[in-house]
Amino acid sequence: MKASLIKASLMKASSLSGLWLSLCLAVFGVTALSGCSQTASKDHLYQQLGSTVGIEKIVDALLVEIENDPQIVHHFRDTDIARFRKLLIEQLCELSGGPCKYTGVSMQESHTGFKITQADFDNLVRHLMKVMTEQNISIAAQNQLLGLLAPMYGDVVYR
Amino acid sequence: MKRLICALVGLMLSLPAAAGSKVIATGGSTSIEGAAGGGIVPWAVINGYASSGQWSVNSFTSRVGVDDFTLQNFGIGASYNNQWEVSLTRQKFNLDTIGGDLQQDVLGLKYHIAGELLYTSLPQISVGLQYKKHRNSGLPLAVGAQNDSGTDVYLAASKVYFGAVAGRNLLLNATIRATKANQIGLLGFGGANHNNYQYMFESSAAVLLRPDLAVGIEFRQKPNNLAFADEEHWRDIFVGWFINQNFSVVGGYVDLGSIAGLAQQQGYYLALEATF
Repeated sequence: MKASLIKASLMKASSLSGLWLSLCLAVFGVTALSGCSQTASKDHLYQQLGSTVGIEKIVDALLVEIENDPQIVHHFRDTDIARFRKLLIEQLCELSGGPCKYTGVSMQESHTGFKITQADFDNLVRHLMKVMTEQNISIAAQNQLLGLLAPMYGDVVYR
Repeated sequence: MKRLICALVGLMLSLPAAAGSKVIATGGSTSIEGAAGGGIVPWAVINGYASSGQWSVNSFTSRVGVDDFTLQNFGIGASYNNQWEVSLTRQKFNLDTIGGDLQQDVLGLKYHIAGELLYTSLPQISVGLQYKKHRNSGLPLAVGAQNDSGTDVYLAASKVYFGAVAGRNLLLNATIRATKANQIGLLGFGGANHNNYQYMFESSAAVLLRPDLAVGIEFRQKPNNLAFADEEHWRDIFVGWFINQNFSVVGGYVDLGSIAGLAQQQGYYLALEATF
């Protein structure tokens, strides 16, 4: 009797952990699939950011954040801010699927020599998140843009 | 517990918010053994918000209450450069229905080897160790453990996938742990069934409903070393709220299986953390 009880509880335990594993695997599967839906919905991101006017607002607010951040503002000491603003708007517009063409140089080229650290990069990401939240950009659209920008990390830091 | 909450609230009001540069929630919570992670699984993330060239300190307390046992943890930790993490944790395990209690100390060390949680396609990968020692060896040896101290070594990989679940970010973590521990060491190390290191798989998945709000599940495979009682795998579901860069709170439901012959140990998990 006791042995069968133990056996039953063990079976229950193993089937439960199987369920848990398949839940985890299902989540992995969802990730793989959503890679496809992400590209499909890319066209809408530009609109979700508020088109060119919205992107200009985001960039202007971001410039204010940068100006007030002693951690990163020194990187912009010799920067032509008007040109930087224009290029960043172009870049976010193009990246989000808008009708723009980024006319600047590559990320790697434009950041070489600045010795941008991970902390600098982290700060800029936090500023962007704050600014987008203040502009009422949806969490999904924020995440989508961050996901498009994140791969630039390797071209930007420690160059 | 109440005293600790009061102390945390006091800290919240009195200390300046001197936090690091990392994005909210990317330091994780603090797991029951003191390593940054979920509730029962250490992740590859480094505790706190210290990014490159920065350091941070953290303190935490957590409590697991299941049918016949209560586990209370409290500890302190520090991190540097988003690369090194060190932690010291005391675990107090109350055998509520059997009677008695025991205490175990855990010294944890973690080193971030490669990858960046948010930014690289390679997951963030860290290696860690946990040296565990009982303050009184009576109980673990009485239940048949070979030793009252032991060291776990683990390799963890963590990655955030932007917008992966209905536009929400998804964190996945997988950890491989080499261990001799019985019930994470609370019942000593090694036993009549096994007295060698075995590899155990641990995993967490969490969806960030907002950048500061996570819901997730965890699984922790366990060895079965002791002859006197079967040990089963652990699992939990949790909600974590990262109030700001200084405070987080995590609540969950845990299923710890059978412990010391008492089956179906289920109950709550609660963790509070302060980071500076």
